[in-house]
Amino acid sequence: MYELVVTLILISLGYFFGRRAERKHYKSIIAREKIMNSLPAMASRMPPQDGNYDQMLVSGSVVIANDYFKMFVAGLRNLFGGQMRSYETLLDRARREAVLRMKEKAKSLGAEMVFNVKYESSNISGQTKKKPPIIEVHAYGTALRKI
Amino acid sequence: MFISNLEFMTGKKVIKHLGLVQGSSVRAKHAGRDIMAGLKNLFGGELKGYTELLQESREEATNRMIEQAQATGANAILNVRFSTSSITAGAAEIYVYGTAVILDGLD
Repeated sequence: MYELVVTLILISLGYFFGRRAERKHYKSIIAREKIMNSLPAMASRMPPQDGNYDQMLVSGSVVIANDYFKMFVAGLRNLFGGQMRSYETLLDRARREAVLRMKEKAKSLGAEMVFNVKYESSNISGQTKKKPPIIEVHAYGTALRKI
Repeated sequence: MFISNLEFMTGKKVIKHLGLVQGSSVRAKHAGRDIMAGLKNLFGGELKGYTELLQESREEATNRMIEQAQATGANAILNVRFSTSSITAGAAEIYVYGTAVILDGLD
């Protein structure tokens, strides 16, 4: 009985705080993406051949955790199968945040564009099943600055 | 030391390839950070302590790679790749590798 109450409290806390945090995060991502649109990041491996460029390795990373409510919902979803939207938004947020951080670093170095962008994501919470997953996303690429 | 994850540098020629260089670092989470992260875990969101920890770890791995490249006499590392693997709960390994080269006209 006691355990059930604690779990319910955790789920409702996760629901309220998690939802608020996610909404806030998405708002800030969209606002910053608009600013950073002037600095394109590309997966292409061939930088423009005209002119001389300085090349620098830039990277951005973020560690993000799912809230308790989403973990609970995902657990239910696991029984029936299908799309797990709570994890999709988590990874989407992490990827976009990592790229934004990379671009911010490139901008502070005076670069014009970022080439050969690679993503790398890993679960760093270990094999514990009871805890919500902690995911790290790391984005890196080569920033080009015109000489 | 010049580092890039492209396979060449615009306007510079590779004189000599010196082979693969690598660096790695394994770091465990700090207990204080772990407790804060545990709280944050309930509500979701970014775990800043871990972000910093992994960044430091990545810098250390990169520095080790640079040391190795300097020992071979290279002045640049091209085609750099990162990889992360979680070893046990609470520790992660960061691995960086790339090709050490000597570029023309670079000090």
